[in-house]
Amino acid sequence: MSSVAPADLPMKGGEGEIEVAVEGRDDPKAQRVKRRLTSRGATVAALIIAVVWTIPTFGLFISSFRPAELILNTGWWTIFQNPGFTLDNYRDVLLSPSQSSPQLGAYFVNSLFIAIPSTIFPLVFASMAAYAFAWMRFKWVNWLFIFVFALQIVPLQMALVPLLQFFSAFLKPGQQWLHEIVPMIPVQNYLPIWIAHTMFALPLAIFLLHNFISEIPGEVIEAARVDGATHGQIFFRIVLPLAIPALASVAIFQFLWVWNDLLVALIFSGGTQDAAPLTQRLAEMVGSRGQEWQRLTAGAFVSLVVPLIVFFSLQRYFVRGLLAGSTKG
Amino acid sequence: MTTADLIGKILQLLMGLAVFAVIVGLLIFLIDKAPKKGRDYWQLVGFLAPALILLAIGLVYPAFRTFGLSFLDKGGNFTWDNFVWAFTQPSAIRTLINTVIWVALVPTVSTVLGLAYAVFIDKSRGERIYKALVFMPMAISFVGAGIIWKFVYEYKSAGREQIGLFNAIVVAFGGDPVQWLQTDPLNTFLLILVMIWIQTGFAMVVLSAAIKGIPTEQIEAAQLDGTNAWQRFRNVTVPGIRGSLVVVLTTISIATLKVFDIVRTMTAGNFNTSVVANEMYTQAFRASEVGRGSALAIILFVLVMPIVIYNVNVLRKQREIR
Repeated sequence: MSSVAPADLPMKGGEGEIEVAVEGRDDPKAQRVKRRLTSRGATVAALIIAVVWTIPTFGLFISSFRPAELILNTGWWTIFQNPGFTLDNYRDVLLSPSQSSPQLGAYFVNSLFIAIPSTIFPLVFASMAAYAFAWMRFKWVNWLFIFVFALQIVPLQMALVPLLQFFSAFLKPGQQWLHEIVPMIPVQNYLPIWIAHTMFALPLAIFLLHNFISEIPGEVIEAARVDGATHGQIFFRIVLPLAIPALASVAIFQFLWVWNDLLVALIFSGGTQDAAPLTQRLAEMVGSRGQEWQRLTAGAFVSLVVPLIVFFSLQRYFVRGLLAGSTKG
Repeated sequence: MTTADLIGKILQLLMGLAVFAVIVGLLIFLIDKAPKKGRDYWQLVGFLAPALILLAIGLVYPAFRTFGLSFLDKGGNFTWDNFVWAFTQPSAIRTLINTVIWVALVPTVSTVLGLAYAVFIDKSRGERIYKALVFMPMAISFVGAGIIWKFVYEYKSAGREQIGLFNAIVVAFGGDPVQWLQTDPLNTFLLILVMIWIQTGFAMVVLSAAIKGIPTEQIEAAQLDGTNAWQRFRNVTVPGIRGSLVVVLTTISIATLKVFDIVRTMTAGNFNTSVVANEMYTQAFRASEVGRGSALAIILFVLVMPIVIYNVNVLRKQREIR
């Protein structure tokens, strides 16, 4: 994905040795001492920043495993003076059926079931549109592409009110009808959130995928056309397999975006166990039970676990997607 | 959650995916069966149709409609009142001022910190780990970050043991515990700190990659000229990464203008901490003041627009060079 500036994360190069060699040549001792001093200062500064940056998350993580009365009465940094380890907090927030428990299990399922289709839908539609924009040559298509790209300027906030009105006029009857046929599916289902996320993802996803797909060599596609392949076949058999790296980056970025989203969920989910995601439930808990830290700490970590797994296992793709997608919203 | 609920949800997911697959399959089928005459044209329309229809309903129409709504009162008559309110009411003015403070502080501080950190860890041992630690906040939700920091700012009345890190430090130095998030104007700066915490990682990763893109010869040449580290940084590194600096600054500015989740989670805009994006939500969806909410959305649009246009121009130029 060559779209936005430096997408790769080059790691350690071999420049360090050359530098030392050059410095060693003139006035060896003084230079070397000076160099070591500055780099030591830099290392200490970096270490301090790294520690300061990690402490808040670390404190929350430690606290989530402490018994309630210890969390509420002692600082987490006193863990050695006030030892105590428990999984009760997690059991309580995730599995407890009692009314007072936040019952995050249901919301966790919602988050997952919102994020999966909200990643797949825009990815498919965006790659189709990107293919059309890249390989079908009509003059008005170029203008349309610029227009779609320009839609990124529209902030989400501008779309919310009219879209909600639109959904309650045209989508609500369908949801009601579905609920009458299949009572297991609540009236307030995932559909509006899926559609909203798909809509909002399109401009950026089309732009990024277009950049990639338009760089596929023209001969490959021309050859397939000469052999009599239809656009449908070319798209599925040639373009999609070649675009997998770009698709992966966009998919990861979109998945995390949806998983971490609060605003779209607040407007379109209805706020109940039926469809609301974890973020919405957590935000609500902070408001109504801001002092129940045994639940907030464990709950927060339940919501962080998926992004952190994605982050640490797919860091490379994630960084690319993030760099490329940083203008979204 | 009962088992029936779970089955219902799984059913929804499967049905949603199945219906989607059928729609796409049908579309591709129709595209391949397009009439011979003007075939390319119809196939093109088929490929573009789903995205364009969704964009028209989801972004184009709402943008115009919001624009219209911002000039309507509750009875549906034309009025300037929504904008007059946004620029004259003390609470609304405070919201605008807060937004300006956010945009002034978050991009600059995050970029400076991120750049410093990137330079410090450049070519050091364990660079990967250093990066991951500072970059990690970028992966978690603003809501999660809000909870993490609310715990740091937690207040217990004087005499009790403090469980929030900030107050524990204050008390350790003999001070009285502070209700951080309720103390105006300090609270706005503490919310800003959370955003800086998140965005520094982004700045660091982009700038670190840019620093590694500077040709080694330039740095060596500067070293041979007998420059010190600071001079090399000022005269070689910074000019070399100017393009990336602009991207980072503008990107963080846009994200900051739209910041909603942090304010919503930590103070819900109370205690004079509201910003435009949060106030838009509060007015339109909590106070049923759709006109005011729309006016705020328009203000947000106007604030974001120049930065996005500038950003797009920069990117276009970079790509032309390449």
